[in-house]
Amino acid sequence: THTHTQSWVTLVLLYVMDATTDYFHSMQTVTLIPGDGIGPEISSAVMKIFEAAKAPIRWEERNVTAIKGPGGRWMIPPDAKESMDRNKIGLKGPLKTPIAAGHPSMNLLLRKTFDLYANVRPCISIEGYKTPYTNVDLVTIRENTEGEYSGIEHVIVEGVVQSIKLITEDASRRIAEYAFEYARNNQRSSVTAVHKANIMRMSDGLFLRKCREVAEGYKDIKFTEMYLDTVCLNMVQDPTQFDVLVMPNLYGDILSDLCAGLIGGLGVTPSGNIGANGVAIFESVHGTAPDIAGLDMANPTALLLSAVMMLRHMGLHDYGNKIQTACFDTIRDKKVLTKDLGGNSKCSEFTADICRRIQDLD
Amino acid sequence: VCLNIPGFTLCLKRSVLAPVSLRPPPEKAQSALIGQCFWVFRICPPPALYGGRHTVTLIPGDGIGPELANHVCELFRFCCVPVDFEVVNVDSSMDSEEDINNAIMAIRRNGVALKGNIETNHNLPPSYKSRNNLLRTTLDLYANVMHCQSLPGVRTRHRNIDVMIIRENTEGEYSSLEHESVPGVVECLKIITKTKSLRIADYAFRTARAKGRGRVTAVHKANIMKLGDGLFLECCKEVASGYPDITFDSMIVDNTTMQLVSRPQQFDVMVMPNLYGNVVSNVCAGLVGGPGLVPGANYGEDYAVFETGTRNTGKSIANQNTANPTAMLLASCLLLDHLRLHAYARMIRRAILSTVTETRLHTADLGGQGSTSEVVRSVMKAVQSTGPLTLSI
Repeated sequence: THTHTQSWVTLVLLYVMDATTDYFHSMQTVTLIPGDGIGPEISSAVMKIFEAAKAPIRWEERNVTAIKGPGGRWMIPPDAKESMDRNKIGLKGPLKTPIAAGHPSMNLLLRKTFDLYANVRPCISIEGYKTPYTNVDLVTIRENTEGEYSGIEHVIVEGVVQSIKLITEDASRRIAEYAFEYARNNQRSSVTAVHKANIMRMSDGLFLRKCREVAEGYKDIKFTEMYLDTVCLNMVQDPTQFDVLVMPNLYGDILSDLCAGLIGGLGVTPSGNIGANGVAIFESVHGTAPDIAGLDMANPTALLLSAVMMLRHMGLHDYGNKIQTACFDTIRDKKVLTKDLGGNSKCSEFTADICRRIQDLD
Repeated sequence: VCLNIPGFTLCLKRSVLAPVSLRPPPEKAQSALIGQCFWVFRICPPPALYGGRHTVTLIPGDGIGPELANHVCELFRFCCVPVDFEVVNVDSSMDSEEDINNAIMAIRRNGVALKGNIETNHNLPPSYKSRNNLLRTTLDLYANVMHCQSLPGVRTRHRNIDVMIIRENTEGEYSSLEHESVPGVVECLKIITKTKSLRIADYAFRTARAKGRGRVTAVHKANIMKLGDGLFLECCKEVASGYPDITFDSMIVDNTTMQLVSRPQQFDVMVMPNLYGNVVSNVCAGLVGGPGLVPGANYGEDYAVFETGTRNTGKSIANQNTANPTAMLLASCLLLDHLRLHAYARMIRRAILSTVTETRLHTADLGGQGSTSEVVRSVMKAVQSTGPLTLSI
């Protein structure tokens, strides 16, 4: 009888699993890191919107405040690391770096732990949020691990400081390959390498050489090179001429923030960090805004658009488009806008409006 | 005032200050300016002033450089400016540094130069250094000053911009010290020194005070490059404490670029190391109307070199008579101010500004269809109409 019950239970289980296979297959788990300050409220806003869209995402919340591991090295909590390694995809809210905590910046720690080598920021003009620049549609891809931010500095003698900018062949090739892959997967027509090889001949020269080599393998995508100062000059006069920009760390930092300023600032800019081994963490790049935390005044747009980027990365383009359309429609309508977008509605009202639009779209 | 003692010349020399702005200063500020000039005893080479005429080195450069240099010569000859140009050509395709060394020697001789951009082929091996950079570091032209102002008649997205950018010109990321320690790994050194940072900060505050500007912003990335940019920031703070009448604040470079594209009117004087200066000056030039409108000046202790603000060669529009000569002509006005030929400078500047307001004459970079020669001709006509004796057009 024991085996009879066992086999009966197994049969039932198999039947149930078979019936729900489709549901389980497409249901994907994503690690959610709410963050500090306004992080928790915007994360819950995003979760609500995803629920309304019936996106097949299951959230696993984790905290990444640094702890001291064995050997005295700072590291992120092991359960967070294990969750990320398992799920491969993460969504992160703003993290605060306390000044005297002793541990390095959390973002730096995450970058080192998961080898997040590419920072991708698509900058698309938001209809309804007016800036002096219209029709901006470009993507900045920035090398995130080396370059000027290697953190290698020395005081040679009193009053003379040397800072080392490191450029390696492997990192340059990796970021160039990612840039071209991204261009191909997202139907982008050209990739521009941004450099200053006239002054930094060897370092940016190496970066440029690697980009050229990788471009050989992607003949369908146009490859151009441009000096950093020319890009800055042309970007503020006519940003529509740029498509995908790939560059080392420092130029990427400056240019990606410049482009974010063109579309309206960090409050509406999505961002994604791609790592080795298929790991990808999407985040909002604004601060924790402790002065409005808990007051239901936060703007979830940045985190929402990053989540849309995440959906696209996972191949769930329909859900991504649906949520993005609803979000842009709400902003274009101007009836329910949060304070930073020029309105005076609450975050919950903004979220509810987006949810309603998604349900109307269905 | 020079004392000729056998063996050397002792000169009482006024310290080099930044040029007069495009708008004529109000009467009060003018007298304050004179009060600010201080006299320094220096052993210095005599200015190249013979028979009442100045000699200035002219380096045409590449791309649109030669044609613009010609226009400057034409305009000066037309206005009867007592300046003779000593033309030194620098061939950028040659490997040897003989040409640029000749140019440097000529500038040492004359003390002042007007220069076009010399092209750097970045596909050549690293032993070929950028000629422009070589010139700046050899002559120790430590301050690059660019004054970006919104011009009437030029339509831009932002209005009422008036930013002065002071950029350290000799060290920082442009030290050209690179090596490949292991195949595939290249290290590039960025050097920040206390002396040079103090020098540029002092220059910035002196200039701000002389021009009657109330605020200096230091642009840096000291949250990441703690030692390097941290030292720069420290030096700026130190100098700021000696100028209590001027507000000093600092901003991180990525935030600065974001603020520049949304609200550029908040900035007054900005001081920064070399690379950030490159980015910020190009962003500001783009905001006021493009590379064809902004002049730049490089000042050192003993020498001054004037050029277009954004240092473009303009290879793609060379010899097509479509380049905008405004930047180069305004740079020549800065040159005249430096030589203390203020009346000529005022006259030519007034003529240039009246030409720029006429949209009919805008060149291609401003969205018009005018040609370079038309613009220069119009400037000459405007000068002629103001009265002083000129040659015939």
